[in-house]
This record gives sequence, C-alpha cells and structure tokens, in this order.
Amino acid sequence: MAIAAKSPAEQPAQRTDTIEKVSIIISQGSLEGAYPGLIMANGARAEGIEANLFFTFFGLDVINRKRIDHIKVASVGNPGLHLATWVGGVPGVSSALTHYMEHKMGQIDMPSIPEFVAMVADSGAGLYACKMTVDMFGLTMDDFIPQVKGIITVGEFYALAAGGQIIFT
Amino acid sequence: MIAETVLQRTVAGVTVDVNGEGFFLHPEQWSEAMVPELAAAEGIATLTERHWQLIRLMRAAYERDGTGPPVRALSKTSGVPIKDLYELFPKGPAKVAARIAGIPKPRGCI
Repeated sequence: MAIAAKSPAEQPAQRTDTIEKVSIIISQGSLEGAYPGLIMANGARAEGIEANLFFTFFGLDVINRKRIDHIKVASVGNPGLHLATWVGGVPGVSSALTHYMEHKMGQIDMPSIPEFVAMVADSGAGLYACKMTVDMFGLTMDDFIPQVKGIITVGEFYALAAGGQIIFT
Repeated sequence: MIAETVLQRTVAGVTVDVNGEGFFLHPEQWSEAMVPELAAAEGIATLTERHWQLIRLMRAAYERDGTGPPVRALSKTSGVPIKDLYELFPKGPAKVAARIAGIPKPRGCI
C-alpha cells in the first residue's frame, strides 16, 4: 500500500496513537521486583517517551545508597524458582541465586541494579521516593542516591503523572 | 511482526520507502546527502561532528551486522556517555540516529 508522499516535517507528528509519558511505580526491593520497572523506564526513554519512577515500600531499597548494591533475588515464596520452599530459606541460597542471575543477565549485557539506576537517571527519567513510606521507615534525602529528585506525596505523583500512563510493578 | 505500512517520502530529491515510524524499508535507498534533511525532520537543526559520528556508526553497524545497536550498546561502542546521547538525540538516541542513518529500528530492550 502506497500513500501519497509526505514531507519529512510532517512525519513525526502524524502518529496520534503513541504514548508520550509513563509513570512507573516500583514497590518491591527484590532483584526480580526491581528490574521490570527499570527496563520499562529505560525502554520508554529510548523511545523518546518521558518517564518518571516512583519508589515506594521496599522498592525504596533500589534508591537507598546503603542497599542498592545488595538487591537480592527473593528465594522464599517464589514458585518461579522451582525450589522446595525450605531450600529457599537456607542461609546463602538467596545470595547464590542472585549471583547466578547476575551472571545470566551479564551474558545478555543487562546492567547491574546500581548501573541500571544510574543509566535510567542519565537517560533523563525522574527518580522520586514516596513520602509516606520514607516517613514510615524514618528515611531522609541523605539516605538516597544523588540522582533522586525528591520525596513526593501520592498527590504530587498524580500531578506528575497527569496526561500519561501509570505502570505499577 | 505487525504488517508493515509503506509510505513514500521525498528526501534530498529522492523518493524513498519508509514504514509508519519513518524507518527506511530499503536502506540501500539512503545516501549521506539525505542526512541534513532527515535530521532537520527530527528537530535537529545543527548537526555536530558528534551527531555525524553516531549516525555513521549506526550505518556501519547495520552494514556489518544487519542491525544497528540499541542505546546501551551504542554508548559502549561509541564511547559517548548515555547522558550525552540523550542530549544529542532527545527523542531517543538509537531510534532517531537509526532513522537518520536510513536503517531499521534497532531491536533491543536495553
């Protein structure tokens, strides 16, 4: 099917069925809980889509300067691992599985969590912490990596997300 | 794959086939003479040496591998930091550079 020639200037503007902005909530502090939101945010930026990340509950570990280097695979209560539940609870199993996952991800050039968070921030995505859980855990801006832009309320998050899509992970 | 839309546009006096996202369907229809006009259509008014470096890198990668690199690989192979890539191509470095380089959209999730 050939359509009449378009001038180059018209080209980018002609699609109206595109996503212009996404706001992604990361609520989990496990490796498998953190990666999907980071991948979605990074992928959005690569498409030229505006992206903001909102970290809440244990997801705050992903931007916590003391915790970011120690994000682990949840080895208990994770049926996807196909392990007997008691095995997951044995000391060292979570760390061993995390090393294994990091090795597998390295093979496909997937960055580590700290590198990925820095990369997403460098791509222009905004990183925000949830005020309610920050207060609950007794945290301040000093506990977070420098890329975090602020601690915001749910209302401020919705104002930031207005006009875009919201993804909860 | 979704059925591809075929559009025709005229760039630097030559009619070329592009898909609905503006990527060249036949990279052999592309020439370097089209770069300034393609870049202007992406909102890049001034092409710097760094833009050219990245556009040529995308093109060379495509000619060698049959695909251009996604953002992270583009940063690694060019040595241009991610932050700078987004300053040069705010609407998506790999995607926009590929469109200007006349090659298909890079297929990578990172």
